[in-house]
Amino acid sequence: MMREIALNILDVAQNSLSAQATEVKIIVKTDTKQNRLKIEIADNGKGMSEDFLKKVTDPFTTTRTTRKVGLGLPFFKDSALITGGKFDIKSKLNAGTTVTAEYVLDSIDRMPLGDIADTVIALIMAKDTVRIILNYSVDGQNFCFDTEQAREIMGDVPLSSYEVVTFLKEYINNGIKICNGGIVNL
Amino acid sequence: MKSIQELNAIRERMQNLSKDRTVADEGTTRIVVGMATCGIAAGARPVLNALVEEVAKRNLKHVVVSQTGCIGMCKLEPIVEVFVPDQEKVTYVHMTAEKAVRVIAEHIVNNNPVKEFAVEEK
Repeated sequence: MMREIALNILDVAQNSLSAQATEVKIIVKTDTKQNRLKIEIADNGKGMSEDFLKKVTDPFTTTRTTRKVGLGLPFFKDSALITGGKFDIKSKLNAGTTVTAEYVLDSIDRMPLGDIADTVIALIMAKDTVRIILNYSVDGQNFCFDTEQAREIMGDVPLSSYEVVTFLKEYINNGIKICNGGIVNL
Repeated sequence: MKSIQELNAIRERMQNLSKDRTVADEGTTRIVVGMATCGIAAGARPVLNALVEEVAKRNLKHVVVSQTGCIGMCKLEPIVEVFVPDQEKVTYVHMTAEKAVRVIAEHIVNNNPVKEFAVEEK
């Protein structure tokens, strides 16, 4: 089991990279009035067939070749459902996949959101050519980060270089902190 | 408030250094971290961060840190594989950020694999 929602996001977004996505959009939306935390990971990768989609949250379904079990999506799904939330995957072959998880915000079983900036950075380091978009909001207060924006400035200097990554981490954490009203981890 | 425009200064600084940036070739040491569900759940992300940070801090050339999927020994995660050119691969298991720092110092810098963290190769 993952210890943070951010780690579930990292795990599922890694699947997007394996599916040859060129764009991964991560939405983290907290709504205190409705008492919900909504996560969405949408990619433009190769998608799944209807057959595979039906059984994809079954732990005995996996694309990995080293083992017969795949726990990424089952973990993510379960973490949302135990709070009384919802989970959904939509996918279209050769078009992309969208995974949504909705948590009951104040449920005692909701794991902490964790380090979202670290997750974005790990994805940049995993495949520096993919466009990663993060849209983070708390009650309408919004922060958006797009690797394209950073790449435009950096030109041929890779985003995955240590100096750049260190800055981006601080930059993302700063944006998240402002949305959260002064704290980094909600 | 931090601005994304601060990247401009970083780019200028780095373009001056770009001549000695590491480009992976046969002489490059590769450090690979398993980042599948098993690795991530066991704590691979802080291990990856520590490796990247330590390589940058020591300004090590010809060393790249990269990620891979499931290595196949899920209960031994986090796993880190070190490929030094012309040497046998060393597989480190049950890694932590602290152990990662030692691997960089002893194995990568001083070419002395940390046997106590490594799994026995058959």
